[in-house]
Parts: sequence; C-alpha cells; structure tokens
Amino acid sequence: MEIEAITGRYGHLEIGGRTYRLYWEEAGSGIPLLCLHTAGSDARQYRALLNDPEVTDRFRVIAFDMPWHGKSSPPVGFQDEEYQLTTEGYVDLVVTVSLALRLDRPVVMGCSIGGRVVLELAKRHPDLFRAVIGLQSSAFAQRYFPIDPLHKPNIHGGEMCAAYCYGLVGPGAPLEHRWETLWHYMQGGPGVFKGDLHFYSMDGDVSDRLSEIDTSACPVFMLTGEYDYSCTPEASQETAALIPGAELTVMKGLGHFPMSEDPDAFREHLMPVLNRIIAD
Amino acid sequence: MINALQTLVNDNPALVRRGRWTDAVMGLGIGERNWLITIRGGRIDKIEPEDLAVVSCDFAIRGTEDAWTKFWQPMPPPRHHDISALIREGKMRFEGNIDLLLANFLYLKLVLETLRGRV
Repeated sequence: MEIEAITGRYGHLEIGGRTYRLYWEEAGSGIPLLCLHTAGSDARQYRALLNDPEVTDRFRVIAFDMPWHGKSSPPVGFQDEEYQLTTEGYVDLVVTVSLALRLDRPVVMGCSIGGRVVLELAKRHPDLFRAVIGLQSSAFAQRYFPIDPLHKPNIHGGEMCAAYCYGLVGPGAPLEHRWETLWHYMQGGPGVFKGDLHFYSMDGDVSDRLSEIDTSACPVFMLTGEYDYSCTPEASQETAALIPGAELTVMKGLGHFPMSEDPDAFREHLMPVLNRIIAD
Repeated sequence: MINALQTLVNDNPALVRRGRWTDAVMGLGIGERNWLITIRGGRIDKIEPEDLAVVSCDFAIRGTEDAWTKFWQPMPPPRHHDISALIREGKMRFEGNIDLLLANFLYLKLVLETLRGRV
C-alpha cells in the first residue's frame, strides 16, 4: 500500500456563535496555503496539490471541508434549517478557521465561491492574509439555470449536481479526474450545493468594493479556466480590471475545477504564482 | 445523422445502464429540423422526424444549427461544449416537463455527446 503524505483531523470550534465539528487535511511545511473548495464539493478537490512535493516542500497546504460539506458536520438542529451561505458567514468561517489553526498570514486560495470570497478577504483582512489566489474568480455570477431542481424529491440530488457540473469541467480533462470531480458533487448533502449558490449568485456581489483592495498589502492573483461558462474568462477580466494591481491568467483548456479536473495542467499555471509569492 | 444515435447508445452498455429508468419521448430540434426520440429503459426505441403540426413529447431540447454543429465538433469551442453552456448562451432551450428532463440530465448529456466527432 502506498500511503499519501496527507493527514486529516477533526476540530471543534465556534463560528458565528455556533459550534461546529470541522474536518481538515494538510501536508507539507513552510508558508501556510489555505485552500477553499467549490460550492457543493469538499476539500478532496485539492488532493493533488496536497500530494505535490514541489508545493509541500515550501508550503504547509491546508484544505478544510466547510460545515455541511464533506466530513464536516452540519450544526446541531440542521434538520429544521435551510442552509444558505452568505458573505458574512463565509468570511467569518475562513477567518475563524485560519485563526483557530494559528496560521501565520497564510496565502488563501479559493475556487469559484472560494475565488469570490478571497476578494472579500483581501479587501477586509490584508493584515491576516499575505496573498490571495482566486481560481474561477469573479465579482458576481449571473444565474443562468434554475437551482430548485438541485434539491427536489423527484430528482436525485447527487445525479443532478453532477449533471449541473458535468460541462463545467473542460472537455479535454482526463476522464479519471473529470469523474472524481463529479463524484464529489454526487456525494454532497441535500440542498448544500444550492445553499452555496445563494452566495455565488445572490448574496456575494463584491463589484462595488473591488477598487478598495490594496494589492500592495495583499497581492491578488487570479487564474481562470478557458472553458468555464459559469465564471467566464471575460467575467474574471472585468473583475481583475477593477482591482488595481491584480494579475489574471486565463488557463487554456481548463474549466471550472482546475485543481481537480486536470491537476497536471493546473500546476503549470499555479507554480509561477507560488514562486512569485515565495520570492516576495 | 441523428439516426446514428440509436446504435451509438444501444451498443453502449454503460450508457444504457445509466438510463435504465429513463422512459420518455424527447424532442430534438436542430435549427428548423425536429425529431422525436423515443427512449425506453435507456435504449433508443425509435427516432422519427417531427413533421406533423401537432406532436407530443415529454420534453424537448432545441438549439440553433450553429450551436449543435459546434457542440458536436471533436473539441468544441468554449461555451459550446455543453448543453448547459448553450442554454446560458441563449442558443438552446428546454421545453416540456423540465423536472423529467433534469432528472435524466446526466444521461441525456452523455447520449447527445455520443455524436461528437461523428457529425
């Protein structure tokens, strides 16, 4: 048996006045690199990065499952609630986890909803984060598809979430990685993906605050896949143009889940960014 | 061209298994041309031109000729590589029982993709 370098642990912490049992994985040592998964998925999306010695030789890579996702539990009483991710709740979550893990000014990298929230973090907390990397990052995403079918008793939620995301993977992605990416979606809890999309296309519009980001205090790097029709390269370009000093790379051939749909292609774009952060 | 779907799907055991609970008549629109595709247990039972003024189907996926042409290229361009992408682009539309369509969406996406590189 080949054993990976990743370790996983559970912690109990208070976020927004409620106690959560939270799961995270990590590997490596050096500058902390805190990774945020996409809506409706979990931290397994970063397993290739966590297993990449060229990264973990220099970075302590940490990826946690948001509450309600993966192996992190929903809060006590969840059965009577509708889960909805908000800007305030999401910012509070990332800051709380970072402080609870005693990370020293981590780099925070997030994809999709995570790519959005890192912009909020760069604006609000340049003292807490040394740089942000937004994958599939845009100020806002227009809703183009009904989301109620993601959580409806006559439609299998897991199959629906996977169908929803199927084409968001680039058409050239290796099959094994495409289907593992979709598997994570098939395993999400009922209504969780839908609840995350509340932030993505309802609550989380950061457009009017982008110009206030000080990239000299907290550099902003953006990487967007060419085939993403949810957060399009054009949307990322418009967003980057509003952030003085932000740097955007469009990743040819990739879709909405670069770190999990095609890890080898993704690292070609990520490594130069990580090298820049090390050099600074 | 569309008739090739029948063999491509029915000779694909994994795809038939994925659609084993799918029973529906699907309308397929390519520009001005329309077909009715009858699916029974994940197999394509028949494909007929939709040439009557009054037709009945459970749901339909209709798109522009250009949308389908690009969708079926071996490596389609961005925003034309997926049914959902083309919905977003306004180049495809759904009709009929949307819940039934979406309950079988992954299967239907894979069915329609079988023509990729063959059109």
